[in-house]
Amino acid sequence: MYKIESKDVNLYYGEHHALKNISLQMKANTVTALIGPSGCGKSTYLRLLNRMNDLIENVRIEGTVLIDNKDIYARGIKIDELRKKVGMVFQKPNPFPKTIFENVAYGLRVNGISNKSYIEERVTRSLQNAALWEEVKDKLKKSAFELSGGQQQRLCIARALAIEPSIVLMDEPASALDPISTAKIEELIYELKDKYTIVIVTHNMQQAARVSDRTAFFYIGEVVEYNDTKEIFTNPKNQRTQNYITGRFG
Amino acid sequence: MTKSINQQIAFWILRIMSSLVVLFLVLILGFIISKGIGVINWKFLTTMPEDGMTKGGIYPAIIGTFCLVGGSMLFAFPIGVMSGIFIHEYAPNGFFKRFVQLMTNNLAGVPSIVFGLFGMSLFVNKLHFGDSIIAGSLTLGLLVLPVVIRTTEEALKSVNDSFRLASYGLGASKLQTIWRVVLPIATPNIITGLILSIGRVSGETAPILFTVAAYYLPKLPTSMYDQVMALPYHLYVLSTSGTDIKASRDMAYGTALVLVAIVLIANLIANALRKFLSKKVKMN
Repeated sequence: MYKIESKDVNLYYGEHHALKNISLQMKANTVTALIGPSGCGKSTYLRLLNRMNDLIENVRIEGTVLIDNKDIYARGIKIDELRKKVGMVFQKPNPFPKTIFENVAYGLRVNGISNKSYIEERVTRSLQNAALWEEVKDKLKKSAFELSGGQQQRLCIARALAIEPSIVLMDEPASALDPISTAKIEELIYELKDKYTIVIVTHNMQQAARVSDRTAFFYIGEVVEYNDTKEIFTNPKNQRTQNYITGRFG
Repeated sequence: MTKSINQQIAFWILRIMSSLVVLFLVLILGFIISKGIGVINWKFLTTMPEDGMTKGGIYPAIIGTFCLVGGSMLFAFPIGVMSGIFIHEYAPNGFFKRFVQLMTNNLAGVPSIVFGLFGMSLFVNKLHFGDSIIAGSLTLGLLVLPVVIRTTEEALKSVNDSFRLASYGLGASKLQTIWRVVLPIATPNIITGLILSIGRVSGETAPILFTVAAYYLPKLPTSMYDQVMALPYHLYVLSTSGTDIKASRDMAYGTALVLVAIVLIANLIANALRKFLSKKVKMN
């Protein structure tokens, strides 16, 4: 059984056919990298999985997306419940203008949790899981904006982890960061795999090769090739995949 | 060669024009201060007018203006902010949203004397409020409603969408997102709008002319159905239709100075408050 499964998904922005017959399956506790040139639909696909595309007007979606074997686009699905289960980390670190503690506690509070000791425990655990605890434990009441970019991004990961999702979506999470912060995030992704299913969009081939188990190559709204990361990078079946990963276009 | 000369000319023309703006402001302020400062003292600010408004103070006009500012804000602020939130956050792009925005802009363009006439016929006559604080406040409130709506919209527009997405991504509802994330960030700018409209309201004469302002009323209001004196109208009376215009000339300048000072102080407070709140919100 797959954790995430999409079957013949088509997505249109108005007239623009942004995703074409996408069928992908992802197992639990794996990291799947979505790669491809800008505008190929990989971020759109990512946003399909927590229904973030719903926020855009004029979007039409066909096909089925199953998470834990349940159709997330079925009638009666509660979107906030879905988003609790499917956390998201964005391209640019976007902590709220609140304290470090309140940033992580936010997801708990909006989901109706008010038990103080439970919140404290969850915040601590999430910061630990995001490998940020040691750096911030003495300044939880300080503004999140006092952290460096890399720390802010790990804070955003901690914020996503606090509501105990089982899937974490990452949209180019390291593209705005320096190499050292990037290395930390990658290390973190590797560790998080034990507890979470991770889907990551990246422009960085080495990053995809380093952190992921499976890789899907998107090109103009289609999945050209989807396979074990090792296979994709050492023995791509499709010429376009090969051209892309060897840097001939993109 | 000609290119750089053109550059120079453009630079100096623009520079002179911007200096002119400052010059006029300084002239106006200097004029009012030099003419009015002589009569300003504690007694002027805290006593009733005497001797056909040629002596005494302007206390009831100051209190009246405060009442009108407070009353109009009480009315315009909640309605304006909520409309702004609705237009920017909720209304789907379409006919209704464009219609409301168009109407807001049109409302902003209506001359203030027209608001005065409208206020008189609706609030004073039709609703039988009579010449009263409530009629004047409602009229002034209508007048600044577009300002409040527009500044609220602008304030919300300046909140980066990434905060909204992050909030939705954590399972927050739209209302939670607006209440817990968007509004705290937008508040400093919304407050600025509030105080700008206070400046506008305290200086308007036409809308209060037929709805609340008293020519001479040497007592303080006891309910919202009372008439009051107000600074801008008092200034008008003292300089055009008082009992002895020459004798009250100094009082007129003093009144003008107090009015300008109130608006200026409101703007200074707005700035300080915005800086303080922005620091608190810690935007990068």
